[in-house]
Amino acid sequence: MMVSVLYFASLRELFGLENEQLVLPVPADVSALIAALRARGGAWSDALGTDRRWRVAVNQELATMDTKLNVGDEVAIFPPVTGG
Amino acid sequence: MTTIRIQNQDFDLGAELNAMRAGNAKIGAVASFVGLVRDVNDGAGVSTLTLEHYPAMTRKALGGIVDEACARWELIDVTVIHRVGELRPTDQIVLVMVASRHRGDAFQACEFVMDYLKTQAPFWKKESTPQGERWVEARESDELASSRWRVEQDS
Repeated sequence: MMVSVLYFASLRELFGLENEQLVLPVPADVSALIAALRARGGAWSDALGTDRRWRVAVNQELATMDTKLNVGDEVAIFPPVTGG
Repeated sequence: MTTIRIQNQDFDLGAELNAMRAGNAKIGAVASFVGLVRDVNDGAGVSTLTLEHYPAMTRKALGGIVDEACARWELIDVTVIHRVGELRPTDQIVLVMVASRHRGDAFQACEFVMDYLKTQAPFWKKESTPQGERWVEARESDELASSRWRVEQDS
């Protein structure tokens, strides 16, 4: 199952990547996606640690680790927001 | 009625206020908040502030926050303008303006929209300082300000 993943702000710079298509086994949720990214090691496992200094949105809405993923979903991973 | 704009260019508080009150004699109160770029943050001088956002989500998130404000208070009109791109000290960053019949609703809703915007709308600030560039860290005080509204509603 293919989803698109977007990275923003410090995470985009750290990973050197704005977006990518990722294939996940079905059924998948946010935690499966994060586990797949952490498995890359290096900056990925460091930045996406359990300290939760990152947030996830699925189809432009804030999500949690157990949010289900479907084919074609847009998943965004970013640091806590600092607007205003 | 609401207006939500994300833009590079500056905004004019007076012009926005005039547009909001023009021809609407139901409005008895307008509360507004303007956020500005400061020249110092966390002990370092700031020469530029660059705002990045997640365009597909920004509008949705701001729309959701304004809808929730309209559900909680009796509001007549809401305007939210947030700038993105490169800004400098003294520049305006954000405007939240709320119109209601009486002041209480406008004051509270204005603060609520700002508190939620700070913790839920996908904007990120990067500062240029003499020591180089750095991403602004989220503040716990902003999380507390936002969660306060949930407590107040639950109690």
